[in-house]
Amino acid sequence: MATAESSPRPSFPGRGSALGGISPVSVLLVAVAAALLVGCLRSETFAQLTVEGLALGAVYGSLALALVLVYRATRIVNFAQGELAMATTYIAWQLIQWGLSYWEAFFATLGIAFVLGTLLEVVLIRPVLHRSAIAAVIVTVGLFILIDGAVTWIWGGSFKFMPSPFGTKIYHVGGVAIARLYLGMLAVVLVSVVLVWALFRFTKIGLGMRAAALRPAEAALVGIRVDRMLAVGWGLAAVLGAVAGLMAEPSQFLLEPTLMQPILVYAFAAAVLGGLESPAGAVVGGLAIGVSLSLIVQYVPAISSELQLPFAFAVLIVVLLIKPSGLFGRREVRRV
Amino acid sequence: MSALLELEDVEARYGPVHALHGISLAVEEGTIVAVLGPNGAGKTTTLRAVSGMVRRSGRIVFGGSPIERLGPAAVSRLGVAHVPEGRGTFSELTVWENLRLGAYARRGSIDSELERVFSYFPWLSQRRKQDAGTLSGGEQQMLALARAFLQRPRLLLLDEPSLGLAPVLVAELFRIVRELNEQEGLTVLLVEQNAHLALQAAQAGYVLEAGRVTLAGTSDELQADDSVRRSYLGY
Repeated sequence: MATAESSPRPSFPGRGSALGGISPVSVLLVAVAAALLVGCLRSETFAQLTVEGLALGAVYGSLALALVLVYRATRIVNFAQGELAMATTYIAWQLIQWGLSYWEAFFATLGIAFVLGTLLEVVLIRPVLHRSAIAAVIVTVGLFILIDGAVTWIWGGSFKFMPSPFGTKIYHVGGVAIARLYLGMLAVVLVSVVLVWALFRFTKIGLGMRAAALRPAEAALVGIRVDRMLAVGWGLAAVLGAVAGLMAEPSQFLLEPTLMQPILVYAFAAAVLGGLESPAGAVVGGLAIGVSLSLIVQYVPAISSELQLPFAFAVLIVVLLIKPSGLFGRREVRRV
Repeated sequence: MSALLELEDVEARYGPVHALHGISLAVEEGTIVAVLGPNGAGKTTTLRAVSGMVRRSGRIVFGGSPIERLGPAAVSRLGVAHVPEGRGTFSELTVWENLRLGAYARRGSIDSELERVFSYFPWLSQRRKQDAGTLSGGEQQMLALARAFLQRPRLLLLDEPSLGLAPVLVAELFRIVRELNEQEGLTVLLVEQNAHLALQAAQAGYVLEAGRVTLAGTSDELQADDSVRRSYLGY
């Protein structure tokens, strides 16, 4: 009878080498979190840097998650994801100039980002994706340049000032000064990420999107309109990117066309660290990159803030060389 | 009476390779029809042509309307469930999610239908939260069948269900397919290497060779045919 041979397979891919149900990665993460906590309790500077790093890391993680969503849905890396986020941040700025309040502009921008992301997939990516994935990747590189040019053409290359949604208030927690800005960034990004996760995990359209990304041919057989799902996936990625752009801006206090370029590199490092296919990995990777950058610049004299980008790039290369599947990725096991 | 599914002179190709050279066949409502033939005869392609997974020409009429221009999602929404070779279960999703996908194209609750599915596959209800990839091959085939049934199809396309399964599971599987046919009136177009099993379950059959129908008849006629006996039944 069918039930007789149901013992779990020991070598099932993607579950990691389970040591009594606990994977080495989660042990590592708990250890790192504990070390950070101890550091925070012993030093105020350390605590401040950790909070700042987490806030920036959440922004990187959000953009990384956008990259992962697109990669899972269409198997391509969207090099224009950061520029798209930058463009939507300019749109938010423009809406505020036209008299909307910050949060009105915030939510309106998310809606616009969704439409933009969906349109880009339908108009530019889908026609070439059927030919080859590399052609689609090249289109995203072209899109990078196109968006950059369009934003500079419309709004000019000079700095724009945008009001901060969180003000300049500083909280004092046990002698540690924490800017409301960073707590606000962290909260907004994490809430967005959780909402997107819940959409994928608990809704019917989320299930359809996962099925379409995992096995497009079989998904179509149960009546899922796969093309539509992939376009929605691009739309959601653009929304997450917009959140990243909007939250990155107040930490830099200025809006300029290069806003997202360094952040895209951090997001790539985060996505690769997390395993490129893993949404949770992208967020954890983003937080890890944010915190380590923030701490390393302070405590490692050899690495000054100018070396942050090369450091992120080094992380990317080391992960690709040593563990290409990242922290949460599964090894590529594909049935033909 | 007119057939639920009718193929007339259907051709299909993969790039330059012609897989079907003008297939014509009919499936009456409420019957099981078997498609037999050697490897590479075009059996799987025939099913793929019906469900729209491959580009095809000719006429395919399902329930009175032409479907030869429709894609797989649209064909599926008309009431055709296709269990492809290799099962097509989503191994990364849970058993419950796989079943939910079966009813994806419909609105509303699926609880009462789940109960009916569990009456055919009782063990499934305890495994709802398990990843489908952790099921055995036989269980995955049953899950694929259960998911297809949740589509509430008028026609089930079943491709090589016995492939790689232990004989006892194959017997169990065919018992359920026959039950679904008899009790639920499910119409089945069945591709199967095991001609003996297929003709036992089916009322009619077609033999395909090199992309063409070379023989057609009722199961009894085919079982009595010398060439079928020699080539596919082995006695």
